[in-house]
Parts: sequence; C-alpha cells; structure tokens
Amino acid sequence: MSTSKPKVRHPNLPRNKHGLTFRDYEGAVSTLCAGCGHDSVTGAIVQAAFELEIEPHGLAKMSGIGCSSKTPAYFLSASHGFNSVHGRMPSVTTGANAANRDLIYLGISGDGDSLSIGLGQFAHAIRRNLNMTYLIENNGVYGLTKGQFSASADLGSKAKKGEANQQPPIDPVSLAMSLGATFVARSFSGDKAQLVPLLKAALTHNGFALVDIISPCVTFNDHEGSTKSYRWSREHVHKVVHTDFVPPAGEITADYEAGAAIPVDMHDGSRVMLRKVDDDYDPTDRLAAIDFLQRHTAAGEVVTGLLYIDESKPDMHGVSGTTATPLRDLDYDALNPGADALAEIQLAWR
Amino acid sequence: MMDPTDTSHPDYFHRVVDCQWACPAHTDVPQYIRLIAQGRFTDAYMVNRQSNVFPGILGRVCDRPCEPACRRGRVEDKAVAICRLKRVAADHREDISERLPKAPEQGNGKRVALIGAGCASLTVANDLAPLGYELHVFEALEKSGGLMRTNIPQFRLPPKVLDEEIDNILDMGVQVHYGARIDSMAELLDKHFDAVFVGTGAPKGKELKLPGRYDSDRIHIGIQWLESVAFEHTKTIGKQVLIIGVGNTAMDCCRTALRLGAENVKVMARKPRQFFKASDWELEDAEEENVDIVVNHSPKAFVVEDGVLKGMDFEVMTYELDDNGRIVESAVTGETMIPCDDIILAIGQENAFDWIERDIGFEFNEWDCPVVDEDTMMATREGVFFGGDAAFGPKNIIWGVAHGHAAAISIHRYLSGQDITDRPPRHLNLSAQKMGIHEWSYSNQYDASERRLMPHVGLKERFKQLDIEVELGFNEEQTLAEVERCLNCDIQTVFKAPACIECDACIDICPTSCLTITENGEAADLRTRLSAPAENMDQALYVSDALPQTARVMVKDEDLCVHCGLCAERCPTGAWDMLKSKVLQPYAGTVVAKPVTVKKAV
Repeated sequence: MSTSKPKVRHPNLPRNKHGLTFRDYEGAVSTLCAGCGHDSVTGAIVQAAFELEIEPHGLAKMSGIGCSSKTPAYFLSASHGFNSVHGRMPSVTTGANAANRDLIYLGISGDGDSLSIGLGQFAHAIRRNLNMTYLIENNGVYGLTKGQFSASADLGSKAKKGEANQQPPIDPVSLAMSLGATFVARSFSGDKAQLVPLLKAALTHNGFALVDIISPCVTFNDHEGSTKSYRWSREHVHKVVHTDFVPPAGEITADYEAGAAIPVDMHDGSRVMLRKVDDDYDPTDRLAAIDFLQRHTAAGEVVTGLLYIDESKPDMHGVSGTTATPLRDLDYDALNPGADALAEIQLAWR
Repeated sequence: MMDPTDTSHPDYFHRVVDCQWACPAHTDVPQYIRLIAQGRFTDAYMVNRQSNVFPGILGRVCDRPCEPACRRGRVEDKAVAICRLKRVAADHREDISERLPKAPEQGNGKRVALIGAGCASLTVANDLAPLGYELHVFEALEKSGGLMRTNIPQFRLPPKVLDEEIDNILDMGVQVHYGARIDSMAELLDKHFDAVFVGTGAPKGKELKLPGRYDSDRIHIGIQWLESVAFEHTKTIGKQVLIIGVGNTAMDCCRTALRLGAENVKVMARKPRQFFKASDWELEDAEEENVDIVVNHSPKAFVVEDGVLKGMDFEVMTYELDDNGRIVESAVTGETMIPCDDIILAIGQENAFDWIERDIGFEFNEWDCPVVDEDTMMATREGVFFGGDAAFGPKNIIWGVAHGHAAAISIHRYLSGQDITDRPPRHLNLSAQKMGIHEWSYSNQYDASERRLMPHVGLKERFKQLDIEVELGFNEEQTLAEVERCLNCDIQTVFKAPACIECDACIDICPTSCLTITENGEAADLRTRLSAPAENMDQALYVSDALPQTARVMVKDEDLCVHCGLCAERCPTGAWDMLKSKVLQPYAGTVVAKPVTVKKAV
C-alpha cells in the first residue's frame, strides 16, 4: 500500500541557488482522485516555486474549503499555511498581509469557494489590490459533495447523469476585469508549458494576481456534455498571449520579432514578455480586452493566457500608506505608542 | 519521429530487468529475491537452479555480471547484493531431492561424451540426463568440478557445497571416468559417441619468460599452484611471496599463500588500480587480509643466486592518461629489486588444444582454437560441441553454465534430427499484479536501506586452517533488509495510449522523473526534452502511440524507474498498469509455450 511518494529522486536533478531540487518543493502525496486537474496545478506550483528560487519559509499558502483548498498540503511542505473557513481565505490573507507584507501569499481556491460562498470576499480582495496570487482551480462542479453544478458551470453543460445546467455562469476573469484587477490570467491544468510561466509572473506581480485555471474534475465532470472536461478544454482553448518569464538579470534568449512582444517590467527586476498569438488582442488595454473576452466566450471559446496586466497600480499597502516594515519587525514602542499618542490622534479627528 | 515501442518483442521487457538481461544464464533474479523475502528459500533455490544450476557455488563465487547492471546502482550508488541473496537461498533451503530432475528409467539409446567435469560439461549433463541420454564424462583429475575445485580456494568455496551440487547432477546416472585425460580427439571420435561436448576450460597458465625464469623451482604458475594446493600436494610456502598479476586468480593466490604460512605477500601490478582485472570485492577481501597491492611495477627479471630465488627486479612505471582514462604514454622512472622466497605468476590463462588433431575436420582460428558457432556451440566438425572457457577463451562460471544450456539444446536437436540453427525462441508473459486501489502483489514501496555488508570470520580465526570459509552468509536482519532493496524491475510499467486523458498525474507522481508527455521526435532530440534528460544511452525510451487528445506521445525513460507503481496508482483510466514479466527461457527438450495474452487488471 502506497501512502507516500518515496524520497528517492533522479540523481542529476538541477538545484536552484538555495541548493534545492524541485522535489524539495513538494508536499504530501495527494489524496484527491487520481487524475484530478488540481494535482497538475500542484505540480505546476512546485515547478514555478523551484524556478523562481523562492525560499520555502518566505511563502504562505492560504486556502478555504473544497477540493482545491486541500491542495496546499500537497506542495511546499516547508512553507507557512492557513486553511481558513469556507470562502474566507481572502480576509484571512488580507489580515496576514497587513501584518507581514514580506511574505509571498499564494491563495488556492475553487469555483465554489470563490464564486459562491466567497464571492464577496473575492471581489473586495481585488478592489484592495491585495498583494497575493489567487488561484481558482475551476472545474464547474462541487466535487467534494458529489457533483452538483457550481456557479461557474456553463449554461446547458451536462452533469454526469445527463441533466443540463439552467443557470448562467459567473466568469471570474470577466468579473476581475470589471473590478479593476491588475493581473488577470486564465490557463488549463493540462498545459504546464503555459501554466508555469503564468504562475511565475503572478507570484512576481505586485498586487492582486488572479489565475483562473480550468482544472477538470475527473470523477464528476469529465464526461461527454461537460464544458470543463479534459477533452472539451483541449478542443476549445484559445491561446491569445504567450508568456515568457525572464528572471531578474536574466538574459532574454528567445528571438522576438520587432513589435511582436510586449515587455512588462515587474517590481522585482524580472520581466514578463507577452507574445501575441492573436493579433487583435492587447493585454494592456482593459476595455479592448473585456470586449474580446466577451465575444470569444460567446463563441464558446476558452480564452487563455496572461489576459491583462498593469504593474503601475499601488497595492493595499501603497493605498493605505502603511509601514514598509512587517509588524513583527517593529519594536514594542513603535507598535504601541501608548495612551497619549492615541489621545493625540483622536484629538486630531475631533 | 520515434515509432511506438514494440513491447510484444520478448526482449523489450526482458531488457528492463537489467540483472536478468545481464546474466548470461538469464536467472530470474527479482523472482527469487521475492521468494526469499517470503521465506520460501527452497523455491528461491529452485528458480536459481533452473537457470544457473549451481546456486550454492555461484552464491559465493559468481562473477556477478548482474550487480553492475542492477538499476539500484544507478538510482543510488550501490547495487542490490544479488549474489549474497543467492547464497541465502542455498544456505536455508530444505531437502530438494524430490524436486530435482530425474533420468528416465528407459534411456533413449544415444551416447554423449563430455570432456572435462567442469561447470560447462556438468550443465550439459544436467540438461541431457533427464532426456534419457547415456552420458560419459572424461575427467583428467581424480575429482569433478574443474576449475571450480582446483582454482577456487576452499576458504571461498567449501568442498561440501561443491560436492552436493555436482552430485545432484551426477546422481542422474552420469558416468564419470576419473583420471581419464583425453589426449587425442581422433581416438575419442573412434569410440562412436553420438555427440561430443568439449568442456576442457582454459587450463594453461600464461608464462612470463624473463631472465631467470627456469633457474629456480620457487617460481610457480598460479592456477597450477592453486590446483596443487587443492589436492594437498603443496602445503607450505616461503615467508615472503610476490604475486605477479592482479586478476582474480592473483587474489586467490595471495590469500592462499597467507594460509600456507606466508607473512608478507605483495601483489605486483604493472598499471594503476583502475586497470586491475580483479573484481572489486575480491580486491577488498585481499586487502582486508593485509595483502600489499603494489602498483606501477613492471617485472624485469627473476633474481636467482646460486639456484636460490632472491627476489625480482621491477621497472617502476609512470603513465600518462588521456581524458577518457586511457594510457597514452608510459615511461620507466627507475628500477627496484623486491626480495622474496616464492613468486607466483597469475597473469592469465589460455586454451590448449594440442590434443585435437588438425586433420579431422576442425577449423582453427588465429589463436589456434577451434572455430565454434556462437549460437549453436558446434565446431566445424559436425556433432562436436564446445562450451565454457574451451569455447571462446577464459570467461567465468556463469558463462560456462550458459554455454552448457545452449550446447545441450543443440545436442538434443542434433540427435533428434532437428536443425540446430533453428533455436527455440525465448518468450515473455505478462500478468496482472493489482490487488486493490493502492495494493500490489509485490512490495512496491521504495526502501531506502543501504546495501548490507557480508559478515566475515575474524582475521585471526580465518588463517588457522585453509578451509575455513571466510564469508559467513547474510543473517536474518541483513537478508530482510537486502531483499527490500530490490526494485522488482520485472514488475513492468505497461502503457495503453488509447486510455490516456493526458492529466499528467503519472508525471507529477513519478519520484524519479521518468515520464514525459511531449511532441514526438527523433530519439536523440527526444532524449533532451524529457522531465529529466535521458543520458543513459544503454537504456531504452518507451514511446507510446499518439495520445488520443493531442497526438503527443507518452515517453518513459526506463533508466531510473524504481517500479513503485505510483504512476499506475495515480492513473484515473488504467492507462498505466503494473504487469509482471516472466521470461520463458528455452532449455533442451522443453517446449516453450507461446505467451499468454496480457491479463486485464482487476
């Protein structure tokens, strides 16, 4: 009986600057159904964290409830983590980020956790431009409660036993765009070549980075008539932008034709090169992007890639003018200036 | 574009079982290790005996081509102690007399002469006796076993073990004529045997014709000296002994010399250590006994004064190596005389076929050895077969056994009126191993234990007598740990492309990064585009048919797969399954059935 993945590894695995191999970014073996898209997303996170050379203790994994929200147990076992109440991961992350802005916050959520019970939290985290990466492992179905349609199920898509969905879907990408999100991407769990650079860009983005990932539920939503199955996704994905992530001081090795790639400088010195696959798409033009997305969604296409990016907007700390120092690094007097100081502040507001 | 791997060819999955593929006799190593793990020592012994005939002997002194091939040695640095486990099976087996092959009451009326009672002839006898042949073994010495008895010292291979396994063969009514050296092939052929097998080994020790060679009787030829010790004609040696040469015979000579009273034994090597021919473990055992191994000394002359051996002159050498470690230049930097009382020459051995007349139908090659067909083992004279060191020069016991099996097939076909070049094929069966969602019929969890070391008799104790076996055999703890180190490479990962939905679950779970889904390409290109580059060119890529959804291919680099079964456990559609391969090896008189169809997993 196998309950764990053995520590044995390929003897020639590359190591990053911390001396770690990608295996050091793994967690426990998944207890999700074999073939779950979420496990591929886990694999992509492991790869992205290894390639970004993240120090495991410099990252916090945040989640709510659902199949998706179990997955932080399966990667980065040496990182911090908080498994919160259903749909409340954004609030908990907001608090954590307010207290310690130095950590990288990686939230893992699902279509239920984010688009039903947690929709309000999700929307306000975007509004605040909370500095976090927010993954939605989107499978259109409540897998943990055995296959009811979720809020992202498409109109007319069929459940495993054949009944058609009657309610229109909430599209997290369109929603995020309309709420002013500064980084919006969509990908597919079955395409790591696209997903890994997107995750690297998202983890590097200063602000709220949404990556909506079509992640098929192999048990309840991988059949004929499903619009979130492996086969349907592969047949309907429309890639509009190709993303290359270039680390700080990294060399741009790909050959870009003049004007074919849009460079976006990230705040940490890395650079994201956006290569258009679709000529009439501009990932820096919000209104045009929204229009494009609406048209293609109506045509039954799943548009993927880094759909919108804006590195210029301040994040929550920037808007609020909070201290640049994590609260844990402030000494007691700075954290608690005393009753006199409080009285003075209150006096100013009289 | 690589074609999909043809796994229907019996050799594909056989090659994945590196140990079994590397073994000349194709012993089913993983199977007998599992049997040992279950405490089924007798069954484990019989699995061995079927292919290698001498498990107790080989469990001590096999040259172990399986171990350098062992996948475990690539995943970590140390192979499974396969040979030691073979001995465990032999040490703990129960009575096997009921399970041994028997000669039929009625013979088939055909007579076969076997020259030499070594491992090759004995294997032929083992295979032919149950088929009703009248077998006559002609042995020059007074005991059977050939070089196994004369050249391997008793402290490595106790006579009891040798006798028992040889008697199991001879007891099938094989007639051995001791003290019956064959001096003329023509005379033997005149006796009208229906077939003749030559298993005379490579009995001639190489000479070192340097000044002084014949001026003293204290200069010995290694294999002759060992034989003389084995038959107790030689019981003493001087205090200071030089062994010239650094192969396995040299190791046996130096350790034997210590037991006959030598106090200072030096093994003199012409080249640096990496060029030694001796097996690593034999070198280690000799060094444990404080044998001094001296490198870069090239023999120049024997120093004999007034008929008394004083020592030997050597040239001290230096070597220049290229990037591949090959010697490109050598130079003599000095000379030295090393004093000694005896010198033993152990610089190799050769065939000697002066007893085969040149005008009776045998073709000879440039080394003055009879030409022998590598498949049929037959010489150019019809009805005369060769095997062991007599066939293609000095090899080892397990090769002798493999030759014996092949020759027995030929002899039986030849005497049954069948074409001997039409070799019975090897087949391979695959069978399901799945017992439940996370349960397999084998111990699939990777066990990180390190290779166990063989316990030895203490250094003081072992020199008291010549026949104290140094290696004690694995104890229970060592056996239990070592069996779990086997990766069960015969439990094959088998892929069915039509079932794959390309969810990547197998790729993510694989602990050794063996799996990739990618665009097909040429092998050289594909090898660079995998989860981890496939740099071991000796190991196959297992390439699938085009996958249904994207027409990409699943590629498995067989090199470092630990056969943990996690790919099959995590596969939602059963595209990966673990199926046990069993190689069906043909032997004389056995009909190898066509493989059964692959059973579906439960």
